[in-house]
Amino acid sequence: MDAQLGAKVREIAALASGAKLSRLQWIGIAVAIAVGLIVPLLVSDYRTFQFTLVLVYAMAVLGLNILTGFNGQFSLGHSAFFAIGAYTAAIMMDHWEIAYYWTLPAAGVVCLIAGFLFGLPALRLEGLYLALATFALSIATPPLLKYDHLSEWTGGVQGVVITKPDAPFGLQISQDNWLYYFTFVVLLVLYFCAWNLLRGRTGRALKAIRDNPIAAQAMGINTALYKSLTFGVSALYTGVAGALGAIAIQFVAPDSFTFFLSVAILVGMVIGGIGSIPGSIFGGIVIVFVPNVAEQISKAAPWAVYGTLLILCMYFMPLGIWGFIRMGYARLTRRRKAD
Amino acid sequence: MMLNRRNFAVSAAAMAIALAYGPAGAAGKYDPGASDTEIKIGNTNPYSGPASAYGTIGKAIAAYWKMVNDNGGINGRKINFISLDDSYSPPKTVEQTRKLVEQERVLLDFQPLGTPTNTAIHKYMNAKKVPQLFVATGAGKWGQPKKYPWTMGWQPAYPGEAKIYASYLLNNKPDAKVAILYQNDDYGKDYLNGFIAGLGAKAKTMIVAKESYETSDPTVDPQVIKLKASGADVFFNITTPKFAAQAIRKVYDLGWQPLHFLNNVSTSVGGVLKPAGLEKSVGLITTAYLKEATDPQWANDADMKAWNAWMDKYLPGGDKSSSFNVYGYAVSATMHEVLKRAGDNLTRANIMKQAASLKGLKVPLLLPGITVDTSPTDFYPIECARLAKFDGHKWQLVGDVLCPKK
Repeated sequence: MDAQLGAKVREIAALASGAKLSRLQWIGIAVAIAVGLIVPLLVSDYRTFQFTLVLVYAMAVLGLNILTGFNGQFSLGHSAFFAIGAYTAAIMMDHWEIAYYWTLPAAGVVCLIAGFLFGLPALRLEGLYLALATFALSIATPPLLKYDHLSEWTGGVQGVVITKPDAPFGLQISQDNWLYYFTFVVLLVLYFCAWNLLRGRTGRALKAIRDNPIAAQAMGINTALYKSLTFGVSALYTGVAGALGAIAIQFVAPDSFTFFLSVAILVGMVIGGIGSIPGSIFGGIVIVFVPNVAEQISKAAPWAVYGTLLILCMYFMPLGIWGFIRMGYARLTRRRKAD
Repeated sequence: MMLNRRNFAVSAAAMAIALAYGPAGAAGKYDPGASDTEIKIGNTNPYSGPASAYGTIGKAIAAYWKMVNDNGGINGRKINFISLDDSYSPPKTVEQTRKLVEQERVLLDFQPLGTPTNTAIHKYMNAKKVPQLFVATGAGKWGQPKKYPWTMGWQPAYPGEAKIYASYLLNNKPDAKVAILYQNDDYGKDYLNGFIAGLGAKAKTMIVAKESYETSDPTVDPQVIKLKASGADVFFNITTPKFAAQAIRKVYDLGWQPLHFLNNVSTSVGGVLKPAGLEKSVGLITTAYLKEATDPQWANDADMKAWNAWMDKYLPGGDKSSSFNVYGYAVSATMHEVLKRAGDNLTRANIMKQAASLKGLKVPLLLPGITVDTSPTDFYPIECARLAKFDGHKWQLVGDVLCPKK
């Protein structure tokens, strides 16, 4: 009897902590994957391209979410990691003519190292100071990319133009569709890895560091190592996103990776839902579509509209879109039970 | 009347025939974006973001097409000008341009603004075979008809402008000793290489000193001091506004009095010469190809009067001293002429053909004697310019129209 009860308690605890998925969550994931697979068949190539960008930014937002949402470290410097990933892919494809799919692991590894190394000095910085240090990283990136001695590789101000890959195996689908499905699979793999990483011991350690670093240390967590590694993993995600973004856009240039990109990723994370893996998808949607909606409402002052939309979002959905969905669902089921 | 089955069959057949033969029955030949009643033109401009000052050009162009439509359009067709914001960010330019081409289905992309932004869509436009016409950048790479037959610039390209200074020197000061200050990027090197090519064999002996700077440098004073020490009597100043002002001031303060060429990028009186000191700017030489709205000598000029009337009606509150408004009007007038000449054959191929066969075209607001000339092998519409000298108040045109040697 006790054993049965214990198993039941463990089951509930696992569900509550996100270590296991409920049936509803499985259904949600299956529906999301089905929608993701069908979408490009229903829309034009241009829309498919936009949805590819949504996936790319969703990956970058997830990267930032691991760092900020789960580990409590701020970063305004993710445009730098996005740029490093993009340039890694562009240089490999343009200079060495390496196939596009090999550029993703390379971009990931380069960014993992870059992020880890940046994470080391960042250990001494907390909160706002870390935000400032990463801000410096993002504003230093465009001029560094233009730097003369690097321009043989980076192409200087001109940037690097790359060719879009064709669908392999003689598949009769457009380049845009192929790239969408390719990105989609990469996204699924990365999301699975993130879920797997965050649901167990490591995830608990990261959250403990976020919630109370001293207590975490007292429990025997190596906070310095975890924090630097989180920085590295976060950069890895953003770097892979950057590489895929470069392949989709077919062009990298210093002006593509300004400080504003960092802000866009941050906004995507906050509106999508801080500390939430599915929320990151909504983050990608926000990054790509909200500026377009703002432009449609007012050509004269698109950013004023954008700002207003952000304020409205924060007012009505303080926990982001994913938080809004969860709360709405909870309220619905509670009412049903009360009936 | 009720629609019974036979009626329906008959009307459906009639509609099918009308659909099949309708367009062919009308006068025109069309690619996407053109019809009997409308021509769709796309554009990207930075209406937001760090380069949003350039957005003035996009607004001026929209105002121009509004005037054209009020006057009955072109060959009976209204212009539907769709201008989207790209914030001067290349990824956004790609997205917005794909929207224009694939969703809005424009006939052509007119005046997309910026060098990195146009580079991002260069390959795409040529792969899609959609005209990328009269782009708003002075880089030298927009005139490659063999490699990129669907892309064309408009304004004098940087290398061409540098060649004008070079030919002036070869003709008037063949024993000059030239010192050059340039920004270390594509823009600076475009000018530098154009200048060296313009001097030809004499470049090695005439250029006695070259110094570069980075945009992150706080000042260019050390470079100017070195250049003066070379003993040069001609100074070619290839700098963007902030550095141009520093260099002009330093040259004067050092007591150096070279023949001072200033590139067209930094000729703004308010933005460059005033900060440098108007008295220190006397004697600077640059090139000009557009009429300045503030220049009293054009007060009675017919084109300038038309421009003023247009500004009052379509851009009330617009800045009449901004050269962007003159530029937007003149470049749109060029596009207007190309569309007029294309007549009822509004295919993309014919648009490029018309754009590549402009001979001695007089465009309103270009300086007298400067015309738009293109051919299937020459995709540089405006190449000639006049020199202008600064008299302490404004730029005074001097000499005749000069053209770079091919």
